[in-house]
Amino acid sequence: MCLAIPGRIVSIEGDDPILRSGKVDFAGIGKRVNLSYVPQAQVGDFVLVHVGFAISIVDEHEARQVFEYLKTMGDLEELHAEESS
Amino acid sequence: MRFVDEYRDGRAASQLAAALRRLTTRPWTLMEVCGGQTHAIVKFGIDELLPPGVTLVHGPGCPVCVTPLELIEKALEIAAIPGVVFCSFGDMLRVPGRQSDLLSVKAAGGDVRIVYSPLDAVEIARRHPDRQVVFFAVGFETTAPANAMAVFQAAALKLANFSILVSHVLVPPAMEAILSSPACRVQGFLAAGHVCTVMGFTEYEPIARKYRVPIVVTGFEPVDILQGAYMCIKQLEEGRSEVENQYARAVRRTGNQPAQAYIKEVFEVVPRKWRGVGEIPSSGLGLAPRYREFDAELRFGVADRVVDEPAECISGQIMQGLKKPHECPAFAGHCTPEHPLGATMVSSEGACAAYYRYRRVSSTSLPIAEPVR
Repeated sequence: MCLAIPGRIVSIEGDDPILRSGKVDFAGIGKRVNLSYVPQAQVGDFVLVHVGFAISIVDEHEARQVFEYLKTMGDLEELHAEESS
Repeated sequence: MRFVDEYRDGRAASQLAAALRRLTTRPWTLMEVCGGQTHAIVKFGIDELLPPGVTLVHGPGCPVCVTPLELIEKALEIAAIPGVVFCSFGDMLRVPGRQSDLLSVKAAGGDVRIVYSPLDAVEIARRHPDRQVVFFAVGFETTAPANAMAVFQAAALKLANFSILVSHVLVPPAMEAILSSPACRVQGFLAAGHVCTVMGFTEYEPIARKYRVPIVVTGFEPVDILQGAYMCIKQLEEGRSEVENQYARAVRRTGNQPAQAYIKEVFEVVPRKWRGVGEIPSSGLGLAPRYREFDAELRFGVADRVVDEPAECISGQIMQGLKKPHECPAFAGHCTPEHPLGATMVSSEGACAAYYRYRRVSSTSLPIAEPVR
């Protein structure tokens, strides 16, 4: 039920704070989404959408952190392997 | 990046699983709070990648599953009233009441409709001023901003024919109820990422301190869940109990403040009954006094109904992490998704339905770690 899916904002309409909405692209499927809760969201931003509402803007820098961490971990393992061989 | 596929990468997942094996020196029991996480864990077999002795128990975070029988009965009663359009998320339609469910009410001629968003129900009310439109507002903090906005818009539009049947529940009081039970064996939590998207995670900081339990805000994809487990076990191994955020791409410490402001405007904190668990103080949301005219329980005079929970379904114990679905004598026998005894077998996020769908083997009991405090 708390499923929220990331999609990219394609267009934004309306400046009434409670009716601000936009078209969001979910890997090829477009849907109209209420943007009241992400007032700072711009076209091109990825947002997490739950029951027709964007509830968060996806932070792309943070999104890469886990892979950066894994990469460091992988490099360290290789280093250890070289040292012990 | 599309923020989905990357987090299902097999190589990243096995790298994290290997790191977990190196890190873990003793058995630990973690609880994932959200039903969406339970579904992903069972679907992708994440629990099978964990080191021996590390157990994931499944938490209460499925709103369909925790909605008490009493509220289902109220929904059935309202939905059967001629002239009512009863709108709900699809998951609720097959949740069994005492003798019936919403799908049966629909089959018998009731106007029961599945909607994607509560705003769809507001739109139906606007288009049909001659009909009473009721939305079944279930959910955790994630869904509360959407339901709050539906009521707020209905008030702005002066819609006299719109109301909501509220069964909103809150995560932190449920976690406290689990932790304060003498039977509790949970040593660390993977907190529900999307709940925290809305609420942030400051509410969990006093819980982590009071019960000395690590809490890691965690996402929903396999790599997220494995990294959340890694962060949680790292804390346990080092004797720490802090709140950490694995899901930083979506969750900020103070959450979504515009969303919190609308929740506060429309709702107030109330005691709530949880299916199979009983009443937990301050564990839910009800309409604030100035929005009571939108309360379907008052509008249709069903507020005083009291219904006891059935004895044979052990969903309460499953949602507190005390039992696993296959430990229930009725599991896959006279309780199946086609003929469910309880809501945990109905919702795709219910632990029983997830086990039925992905894990219908004669499982022996998984090893269970005793709590170390």
